[in-house]
Amino acid sequence: MILDLLALGTLVATLAALPRLILGPTAADRILAAQLAGTGTVATLIVLGTGEDTRGLFDTALVFAALSAVTGLAFVALRKARS
Amino acid sequence: MSAVLYVIGLGLMTCGVVLLLIAALGVWSLPSAVSRLHALTKADSAGLSLIALGAACVNGRLDALLALVLCAVLVALSGATMGHLIARSHVSEDEPE
Repeated sequence: MILDLLALGTLVATLAALPRLILGPTAADRILAAQLAGTGTVATLIVLGTGEDTRGLFDTALVFAALSAVTGLAFVALRKARS
Repeated sequence: MSAVLYVIGLGLMTCGVVLLLIAALGVWSLPSAVSRLHALTKADSAGLSLIALGAACVNGRLDALLALVLCAVLVALSGATMGHLIARSHVSEDEPE
């Protein structure tokens, strides 16, 4: 019950970044919103994995953490290459 | 013992979720990109580390602990590095050549 509410909270934190992702005046706003969405996804998966007592969800969270790290690196590297 | 660990874990996870919600609020409402980045990076690493620690306390198994520690370390490292890199590329774009 408490864990369900916590998972809902992390999901709200993930979705709250979406307006900034779409509206964000600069490119830095968009990539930081994407970073918050990635962290929120990892947190949601960890809380759900604890609630359901499923080990596989922790591994899925690990994959999401690795992918969101690569996203930011690609943003900075591409921007430097373009300018 | 395990009941105490369960309660401690739930408390830690609640703190982490509150930190994440504060980060979301900051990203939503703070005025400039650099201040939004400031709100994000603190709550990012601290919030997810607290959630992973709480989950390890609630779960209590060693194989799950390994995945959770890897997850928290990866997100904390990449969050700190990305915050620095994004801020630098944003500031250097604003400067006149």
